[in-house]
Amino acid sequence: MSVTTETRALRTQEAAKRPARDGGIRESAISRTIAMAVMIVATLYFLTPLWWLVVASSKTREDFTTTNPLWFADFALFDNIAALVQYRDGVFLQWLANSALYAGVGAALATLIAAMAGYAIAKYAFRGRETLFNIILGGVLVPATALALPLFLLFSQAGATNTIWAVLLPSLVSPFGVYLSRIYAAASVPDEIIEAARIDGAGEVRTFFTVATRLMAPALVTIFLFQFVAIWNNFFLPLIMLRDEGLFPVTLGLYVWNTQVSQIPDIRALVVIGSLLSIIPLIVTFLALQRFWQSGLANGGLK
Amino acid sequence: MAISRVARVGAIAAISALALTACSTGGTDAPAAGGDCAPSDGPVTLTFTSWLPGVEEAVAIWNEENPDIQVEVQTGPNGNGGTYQNFFNQLEAGNAPDLGQIEFDAMPNFRVQDGLENIAACEGILEAEDQFVPWTWSQVTFGEENAVYAIPQDTGPMAMFYRADLFEQAGIPVPTTWEEYEAAAAQIRELGGYINNFSQSDINAFAGLVWQAGGQWFSNDADGWTVDLTGAETTQVAEYWQGLIDNDLVAVYPPWTDEWNAAYNSSEIWTWVSAVWGANTIASGAPDTAGNWAVAPMPQWEAGASAAGNWGGSTTAVLKGSDHPYEAAQFALWLNTDADALTAMNRTANIYPATIEGANLPVFGEGVEFYGGQNIYEVFAEAGNNVDPNFTWGPTMTQVYNDVADGFSAAVTGSGTLLEALTAGQASTIAALKAAAIPVKE
Repeated sequence: MSVTTETRALRTQEAAKRPARDGGIRESAISRTIAMAVMIVATLYFLTPLWWLVVASSKTREDFTTTNPLWFADFALFDNIAALVQYRDGVFLQWLANSALYAGVGAALATLIAAMAGYAIAKYAFRGRETLFNIILGGVLVPATALALPLFLLFSQAGATNTIWAVLLPSLVSPFGVYLSRIYAAASVPDEIIEAARIDGAGEVRTFFTVATRLMAPALVTIFLFQFVAIWNNFFLPLIMLRDEGLFPVTLGLYVWNTQVSQIPDIRALVVIGSLLSIIPLIVTFLALQRFWQSGLANGGLK
Repeated sequence: MAISRVARVGAIAAISALALTACSTGGTDAPAAGGDCAPSDGPVTLTFTSWLPGVEEAVAIWNEENPDIQVEVQTGPNGNGGTYQNFFNQLEAGNAPDLGQIEFDAMPNFRVQDGLENIAACEGILEAEDQFVPWTWSQVTFGEENAVYAIPQDTGPMAMFYRADLFEQAGIPVPTTWEEYEAAAAQIRELGGYINNFSQSDINAFAGLVWQAGGQWFSNDADGWTVDLTGAETTQVAEYWQGLIDNDLVAVYPPWTDEWNAAYNSSEIWTWVSAVWGANTIASGAPDTAGNWAVAPMPQWEAGASAAGNWGGSTTAVLKGSDHPYEAAQFALWLNTDADALTAMNRTANIYPATIEGANLPVFGEGVEFYGGQNIYEVFAEAGNNVDPNFTWGPTMTQVYNDVADGFSAAVTGSGTLLEALTAGQASTIAALKAAAIPVKE
C-alpha cells in the first residue's frame, strides 16, 4: 500500500510541475473544443443505451411502446421490480444469487491461484520457467468461447455438466492474472524483503501470504475485478453447460426470457427491468474497487 | 495450470476432428429402427428439455398421475437461440435429454444427423396419427414407412389480421385475393397508411407465404436432397412482394422492434398476415388499437381457393440414446393430446395445439375482446386444415434463414431484389449441404 501511495504522490507532483516546465506548448482553443466535442459525443454514445434502459424500466407495459423511448411516462419502476421478482417464484433472484456466487467465489479463487503462480514465476528460479510463462501467456490469446465446447465434452466425460462446478471450475483460470501477478511481483516485492522474512524464520507459504500478497494488493484487486466482470458477463459457457433453470446465471436467464418474447410478449418488460437490475452489482463492485483498479493498472503499466 | 491449458488446446484439435467425422457419417445411413419398444422395469425418471414457458405446469399433471414415470423439466433458450446446438453437443457427448422440443423446420436437421429415436413401434404411437392435423403428421414421419420421430405439439396456421374499423371507414373491401390485396394497398397508401410491413428477417414467415402458394423449397429421395428456393411459386411470391416494396406500398420496419410495434399502435399499418400466435403479439404491441382488429383467411392466389400457410410450431421428440424410449413416447403422446395438458400449455405459453380435437378446447371457443369479440380461432382452425401436407423443410434451415435474411435486408433498402436474395440463398444452401456431406442433387 505504501508503495502505491508514494507512486501516486510522485505522479501528482510531476503532473503539477508539467505546465510550468512545458509552458511553451499550450493547447489552442480549437483543439480543445474539438477534443471536448469528441468526448461529449462518445459520452452520449455510451450513456444513451443506459439512459434508455433506465427510462424503459420505469414505464408501464402500455407506455413502453406508445411513448417517447427516451423520456419518462407514468412511473412504474417499483411495480415492474415487484413483477420481476414474483415471476416464476422469484427465479430472477435465484439467478442474481447464482451470478454473485459464480463471479464472487470464482474471481476470489482465480485471483489467489493467479497470484501464487505469478509470484512463483517471478521469484523462484527453476528450469523451464520462461517456457512455462510463455505457455500461460499463450492462454491469453485463446478466447474463452473457443474453449466452451471442449470443456463441455470434458465435463460430460466426468458427468459434471449441469452442475455448479461446470461453470465455477473453468472460471478459476486466469492467464492474464498470472501475467499481471508476475510483472507486479517482480516490480513490487523486493528480494531483500523475502530474504528478511526467511531469516526471521518464515516459511515460503507464510512469506507469500503475509508479505508478498500485501505488496501485491493493487494488482490482486485488478485481477479480481477483471475476473469478476468476465465471469459475470460470461454467457456462452453457462449456455452450453447448464440445463437446470435453478443454476442459471442472470445473463443466461435473461437471454432465455428474451427468446420467449414471441410466445409471451409481456415478458419483454421483465427482460428490460431485469437487465437494469443485473448491471447494478457490476457498477457497485466497480465503484467500490475503482480506486485500487486505477492505481493497480497505472503501476502495472509504469513498471 | 499450464498442463491443463495444453490439454485443452489438444482437446480443441480433437474436437474439430470429431466434428468432421460426425458430419461425414450423417445423412447417408438411415437404419430402419423401431423394431422394438418395450417398457422399462421399475420406476424411471425422464429428462425433458423445452423452452416453452411454464411447461412445468403440464408436466406436473403427468407426474402426479404417473408416479413411476417422473419427468424432469430442463430449459434453455429457443431452438435456434442455442438449444438445438446444445442438443447436438449433448448427442455427441452421450448425455442428451430423453425428450426435447424441436420445431418442425429443424426436424430434418436432427433426422439427418441421426439424433432422433424412431418411436413407431411404441404402443399407441402409430395409431395416434388420426388425432393430429394431417400436415403435422407428415412432418414427423418424413414420409418413411413405419416411422414416427416425434409427436407434433403446436402449429402456427396463418391468416390475415386486419383493422376492421379502418377498412370500413375507408370503404375498402377486405381483400380475399392477393390481387385485391395489392389494390387495397394502393388505396391505403393514398390515405397515408401501409397495408402491411414486409419482414426482412422472418424468412420462415416468407416460407409460410410460399407454402400457401404451393411452393416446395426442399425435397429428398434415396439419391439425396433437392433445393429449390427459386421455383415458380416462390418466384411468384417474391416478385409480388418486391412489387409492393418497389411501389412503397408496404412498410419495411425491422420486425419485433419498438418502431414496428409503434407503427401498428399508431394505426399506420392496417394488416398483418401472420400465424395464430401473432394474436398476442398485436394485443401486446398495439394496446391502443384494442377492439378494432379482426381476422380473415389469407388472401388467395386464385379467387375462391382456401389455401393457407403455416408459420412456426414444434414437436416433442425422443432423442437418440434415450434409455427409456417407451416411457418417453408415452409422455410425449400424452403431453400433446391430453386436454388438461394442452390447456395448461395454452395458458402459460399461448400454444395452439396440433391435434384436431385441440381446436375444440374451451379456451378456443370464445370470442376475443381485442378482436372485437370475434372468435378468431375458428378462422385459424379452418386454416390449419387447409395447409398443404407435402411441404418439406431442409436439413440446414438455420443457415437458409440467415443467408436469405441477409439478402432480404439488402433488398428492402433498395440494393438487390428478393429474388436475387433467394438465388444467392439457393447457391449457399447447396454449398452448406455439401460442406456437411449431405448428398444433394443439382
